Amino acid sequence: MKTRFINFAPSLRGGRSSRRSNLLDPRGDCFARSRYGEEHAYSTIARNDGLNGRLLRVVIFAMTVFLLASCAPVDLNAPIPSFDTGIDSTAWAQVPEGEFFYGQFNEVEFTPAFEIMVTDVTAQQYADFLNAAVADGTLKVEGDSVLGYYIGDPFHGIKHELEIKEGDWQYIPLADPSQRVRYDGTRFTVQEGYENHPMTMVTWFGAWGYCQYYDASLPSEIQWEKAARGTDARPFPWGWEIVRENANFYSSRDPFEDMSSFGSRTSPVGFYNGSTYNGYATLDSKSPYGLYDMAGNVWQWIGDVQTMEGFSDRFMRGGSKDTYDMNLRVWTRNSAPPMYFSPGVGFRCVR
Amino acid sequence: MKERFQYLFNSTKGLILVAIAMIAMVTAVWGMLSGPMAEMGVRDWVIKTIGMDIVQAEREGRIIILYHSIAMAVIAIETYMVTGLLKMKEFLKMSVRLLITVGYILTMVFGMGFAYFGHNWAFHGLYITGLSLIFFAGVLLCVALWPWDKEYYITDKDYARTKSGFDLERVAFFTAAVTTVISALFGAIPGSYYGHGFETFLAENVIRYPHKSVMEYSVIGHLHIMLALIGIMLTLIIGRWLNFKGAWHKVAMPLMILGCIVLNLGVWGVVTPLEPVAHMIIYVGATPSMLAALFLLIWSWGKLAKDGTAHLAKPTFLQKLGAMVSDPLKFGPTWQMLFMNFTTSGIGIFMAIRLDEVFRLWPAREERIELTGHWHALSAIIATIILMYYGDMLGLKGKVRQLYGWSIIFFSDIALAAVTIFEMKRLFITESEQQPLVNNLMYAMDFGLAMLLVLLAVVMAWRLTDLFKSKGRWTEESTHELAEEVAK
Repeated sequence: MKTRFINFAPSLRGGRSSRRSNLLDPRGDCFARSRYGEEHAYSTIARNDGLNGRLLRVVIFAMTVFLLASCAPVDLNAPIPSFDTGIDSTAWAQVPEGEFFYGQFNEVEFTPAFEIMVTDVTAQQYADFLNAAVADGTLKVEGDSVLGYYIGDPFHGIKHELEIKEGDWQYIPLADPSQRVRYDGTRFTVQEGYENHPMTMVTWFGAWGYCQYYDASLPSEIQWEKAARGTDARPFPWGWEIVRENANFYSSRDPFEDMSSFGSRTSPVGFYNGSTYNGYATLDSKSPYGLYDMAGNVWQWIGDVQTMEGFSDRFMRGGSKDTYDMNLRVWTRNSAPPMYFSPGVGFRCVR
Repeated sequence: MKERFQYLFNSTKGLILVAIAMIAMVTAVWGMLSGPMAEMGVRDWVIKTIGMDIVQAEREGRIIILYHSIAMAVIAIETYMVTGLLKMKEFLKMSVRLLITVGYILTMVFGMGFAYFGHNWAFHGLYITGLSLIFFAGVLLCVALWPWDKEYYITDKDYARTKSGFDLERVAFFTAAVTTVISALFGAIPGSYYGHGFETFLAENVIRYPHKSVMEYSVIGHLHIMLALIGIMLTLIIGRWLNFKGAWHKVAMPLMILGCIVLNLGVWGVVTPLEPVAHMIIYVGATPSMLAALFLLIWSWGKLAKDGTAHLAKPTFLQKLGAMVSDPLKFGPTWQMLFMNFTTSGIGIFMAIRLDEVFRLWPAREERIELTGHWHALSAIIATIILMYYGDMLGLKGKVRQLYGWSIIFFSDIALAAVTIFEMKRLFITESEQQPLVNNLMYAMDFGLAMLLVLLAVVMAWRLTDLFKSKGRWTEESTHELAEEVAK
């Protein structure tokens, strides 16, 4: 049996002179000429059916292979390289008062002086917070969640607006396989290798609660961008261009990613400081005020609430290990409802 | 040389070939600046090799010019098709073609030159001049399509018409053209306001903001309606090419006219106090337009099946099915319209229904993927439909016709199905576990799109070599008009 859809002999035999008439025949070449008769038509359709059958089997086989390959289990606890970056995650940087260029179109804005954490809050720092706050009754563990108080948002009843009421909200989920902070019923600990990685899988409430607990707050958008950018119009904290050795972003080929399996993973805070780790050389990518990871690694929660009337989302800045380099530009916004958590979202505090 | 120039710039098929070649070149080069090509380092190589000047803060502006450059060439192709298929005064036909050809070439060459190769403001001026010429060509096209001229009345009762012979299909073309010209203003006005402080933005980046300025609404409305109108015009073109007629035609044309008008009124309403109900008006307008396209599909599939089995006394279902798919270039366009409901309309409706319960609980960047994905898919489907009609224009026959037609359907549908699953992946897989799925979807997308581009490259190479032959196919194409090739 030939593997052809249809018999094209009429058109081929028709030659160049009959090209137009064949083309104009809406029935197509297969059935255009009556001299081929019913027998020809039946045999053509029979070939069609045979081909369709084989084609169907090939498609089903390809789909099965595709699905099996696509649904391959991912080892979320695969060993992760451990590096001491030498950057102190408890340090704070001074940002002086003054004007700076804000946003993609360089509006001039002003901030008073403030201090901001040099790195994202680490998983170990957050575990320490949880131990302290649960012990003193600030937080409670209920089921698979750590819950904490939030004062609530103003509510305007605008279309798509979420009502965030005063009360207990989830700070972190405990049962999610991507959670690196573990709870054994008495104490919170961090999965080995992730101690100096940014705290992720934390809701906006959990980030807000952490900063409140230490008499600090989440940065506003203006504070965050000034801390990342300094006073010139640069698009990245370290300067004007980005290369793979500047930051942890999607497919940046850092030592923590495996794009054939679990994809991108977080890097330790302050990793991109110009050091070389087991042969992997990074560029010193701190911001003008000495902050690390202000682009890439994890999105960072912003503290502003209801920046537009009816807008219940919270902004995030900085891009992450899961985004392309264009999302690492300092003015790029992301947003999500405050109850959202992800392995690509963390935070730092200001005071 | 003069004859070849005459073919390329004075015949319908030559003009379409030039526009497709221009789009193919832009797609091939600029397609290397994003996605996996950027990951593999190809982007950096291209930027260095051809000396692009990429400023990070200007990315959104560059992309807007890129979209306009490609879209103007697509609109030019549709205009060539309309002026080749419908009766109109020769002077108007030539004027429309001249204006739009000069317009889209200026737009593409100088727009891309301005956006990607330093900011020569003379280039920007020529880019705007190109857009203006295209707008004026649109106005002239409306004049050329004027349906109240008795010369264009029809007597054949198989087509949608009034008792006096008023051609409703022509009215549908006219409506689409007029509304396109008006809707273009919704982009032009904010565009002309840039110098007064209005800043460029991509609609998908501001989608969640509850309050938008009139100019922002205008831009958002503009981009949505222009793509919808390109789709509506192409549906009408395909209908004319296939010689859509009969009872389905008589129902479809009034629906298309009504849908087109209401859809536009809804979109224009977003910049008026009607904004809160504009979406409802848009849904009301989209429904008859899509029904009209559905009726074209039902009619054309029925015709393919009926004509293909006309010699059989009692054809079976499988025989009818075989006949229906026997000519991929005539089956394909309406199949792609149906497939669009999976990649675009279906996703859009699902998102609208489940917006607050599902999509607004995801981060904005996730929603952005759906938004950009669904209109990229729609644009790609429009391109494949044009390529299928172009394949028929070329007179492809036999195995080549089958190979060309099925390749377009198969490769584009693989890529677009993968895009659709990629957009919706968060419904069934977590961020942490998605990478193997993402990888395979990317392979499927890249494979499908790459094969489509290879196919296009082969066709373009063939057409180029043909131009070097003194008695090449181009000599024959120079004299054929699309109206002569409408299916009987």
